[in-house]
Amino acid sequence: MLGWELPPHNSGGLGVACYQLCKALAKKGADIEFVLPYSAKHDVEFMKVTAAVPQDVTVVQQAGMAYDSRQYLFSDGHSQSVDIFGQQQLFEHGVDQYMRRTTDTFDVIHAHDWLTFRAALRAKQQTGLPLIVHFHSVERDRAGGGAGNPLVREIEEMALLMADRVIAVSQHTKDMIVQDYDIPASKIAVVHNSIDKEMLEPLEEDSAYAYLTALKAQGYHVITSLSRLALQKNLVNLLYAAKEVIAREPKTVFLIVGNGEQYFELIALSAELGIAKNVVFTGFQRGKKWRDAYAIADLFVMPSISEPFGLTALEAIAYGAPVLMSHQSGVSEVIKNALKVDFWDVHEMANQMVAAMQNASLRQVLHANATQEFDKLSWNQPADLLLGVYQTHTTGAVA
Amino acid sequence: MSKAIVLYLHVHQPYRVRHYTIFDAGVTHDYFDAPYDDRTSNERIIHKVAQKSYLPTNQRLLKLLQQYPEFRLSLSITGTIIDQLERWAPDVLQSFKDLVATGRVEIVAETYHHSLAFFYSRQEFETQVDMHKRKVQEVFGQTPQVFRNTELAYNNDVAYWADQAGYKGILSEGWDKVLDWRSPNYVYRPKYTQNIKLLMKNYKLSDDIAFRFGDQKWAEWPLTASKFSHWLGSTDYATNFNLFMDYETFGEHQWDESGIFTFLEQLPGEWLKTHGHTFMTVSEAIDTFEPVDEIDTPHTVTWADTERDLSAWLGNAMQTSAITNLYALESKLLATGDLALIEDWRRLQTSDHFYYMCTKWFNDGDIHAYFSPYANPYDAFVAFMNAYHDLRFRLIEKGVEL
Repeated sequence: MLGWELPPHNSGGLGVACYQLCKALAKKGADIEFVLPYSAKHDVEFMKVTAAVPQDVTVVQQAGMAYDSRQYLFSDGHSQSVDIFGQQQLFEHGVDQYMRRTTDTFDVIHAHDWLTFRAALRAKQQTGLPLIVHFHSVERDRAGGGAGNPLVREIEEMALLMADRVIAVSQHTKDMIVQDYDIPASKIAVVHNSIDKEMLEPLEEDSAYAYLTALKAQGYHVITSLSRLALQKNLVNLLYAAKEVIAREPKTVFLIVGNGEQYFELIALSAELGIAKNVVFTGFQRGKKWRDAYAIADLFVMPSISEPFGLTALEAIAYGAPVLMSHQSGVSEVIKNALKVDFWDVHEMANQMVAAMQNASLRQVLHANATQEFDKLSWNQPADLLLGVYQTHTTGAVA
Repeated sequence: MSKAIVLYLHVHQPYRVRHYTIFDAGVTHDYFDAPYDDRTSNERIIHKVAQKSYLPTNQRLLKLLQQYPEFRLSLSITGTIIDQLERWAPDVLQSFKDLVATGRVEIVAETYHHSLAFFYSRQEFETQVDMHKRKVQEVFGQTPQVFRNTELAYNNDVAYWADQAGYKGILSEGWDKVLDWRSPNYVYRPKYTQNIKLLMKNYKLSDDIAFRFGDQKWAEWPLTASKFSHWLGSTDYATNFNLFMDYETFGEHQWDESGIFTFLEQLPGEWLKTHGHTFMTVSEAIDTFEPVDEIDTPHTVTWADTERDLSAWLGNAMQTSAITNLYALESKLLATGDLALIEDWRRLQTSDHFYYMCTKWFNDGDIHAYFSPYANPYDAFVAFMNAYHDLRFRLIEKGVEL
């Protein structure tokens, strides 16, 4: 399996999804070697984790953020900052070299997202093994509905054409692949992501958000958003909607968790809209501060322009928050009991947030029913679906 | 006809807000207590500026006062820096007291917390001016007679207020749009006032020292005391040259290596060589010269940036929303009577906080970046707002309904 990152060295949801999927597959007997573009210590017992860096690269220093440059130290002593596109090219070389020297044998190549696709094609070229490309997002998602980077689209298209099978994390993503790349729908299987409940650490009694807790005791409500601060996540529209919400329900605070290229823009926008007092920016958070951001929420919002899946919505439900999500998300195919809006409909978004702020019963029913749906979710079903796909494409028996 | 240099230096340091997060709000109230090696450490900055500027400059000023009986200057020194000097550099404070003890150094009135309160709350403004007056009396044994508003922010209303409050003089920027064809080198009377007189900064001459002195690309570089004195001496129409600048010009904005201290040491001797040349404090200039004309300033003028308005502090929405939200707490906060809480609120009023949030990165941005301890204006805003949130938390703790 070819991946880009694994926790704790992940910058976003891709690493988490890969990790949990592999764990479920391994539990069902799959023997996985997970190949990464960097070497680091991973506390993983259920599969072999391999770093495939080109031979002249000695160290790859991880950056904190998705799509940030990484620092590559070369064996001749020089170091170079490499952007994301260069990184995936180096990964291609690394995998190419690794596949030549490894003595391990494989049945199928399974690659996650465009960053690994050139490397996967290299591996397929060498081994002739069946190739499964797994789309956790497509370039149009990441470009917030625009065309995106033509070089990335080229890689996605090439991989879609060359692959033996395509996996999409939602019907939403599958539809986009069919639309954008003219790939026959029958070549694409939908395997929804899920959530590993064992990985959700329990909440503690006290919240990391002492101030917000005090505000809530004064009748305030908290609406949390947790995502990369990127165009795709539609936070500009969220702030426009927030202005309308605060005008009607002044005791509402928006907690914006995450970092990204829109950080400065969103801070400035909240001031320009006159709602700076009611919008709290925390930056990127992990651990308790991350969990408590969900836990303190009276409503969690995920208004993405296009969300291939949207794991945060499930995490929010797990930690006690009812959810508002955009129709343009994969998770909305899995969770019925949520408020749903079109990402462009600022007024409706505001309307629904106000309704949630004004009605404790609405919040309670939403969350209780969403929890029932949540309880049925596990990685078992996606793992079974994938094993079936593997089986179809290999002659040997898979567990 | 005698001509006087009116040298006025502004001494100030804010209480900078540390990297204070939303997770600190409601937990610790130590907004101003950064670790010593942090960029926002007030203690470290006091020590640094003391070594680079305050101590070497005061040593030279004292020597000049002893050497030249005609040498005089005026200082404005904010409450926030006096507090910090008392705590972290009492030797520096003593050196200021030594200057004042010569009887030829005048302290100018202003707000204790270097705030823009005049534009947001007249009551709070007057409280801070009064606090400053009492602090100056206590520390320096002087009662200020001449007023300057924070950042030389000046308009007809400020002048009217100072006139009513009994000040004999007020300081402002000698901005061309206000002066029109007039010269800043005279005493004026603000429009709509009865008694007060106006001294306007000669920004060209002041900035030759404060900004251009060390600039090797400047056509007049290097600027010597003799050349500078010659410029002033050959100016036919003038009674008083108002050289107003940040005190930290000496040794901090212009480093020792630029020759700024030599310039300072030599200026009095060079200037006083010519008969009729002298130095005056702001009060002496006001007592000596009659106003030559009336100055109308309907719009607010400051001494910053090419706009000379308040846009360095209140030019974007982050700045205006931060300051508006802060002043909106006034009545509830004062009603608590909690002096520590009120003092923290006042420290957050210091104009520097809003200056750090300035996004005018081009032209003026370089000077903003130089003075800011934050990586960017957004970090400054977020840290400030989190401190503001904590003030709200403390109000809630006291049972105040927000």
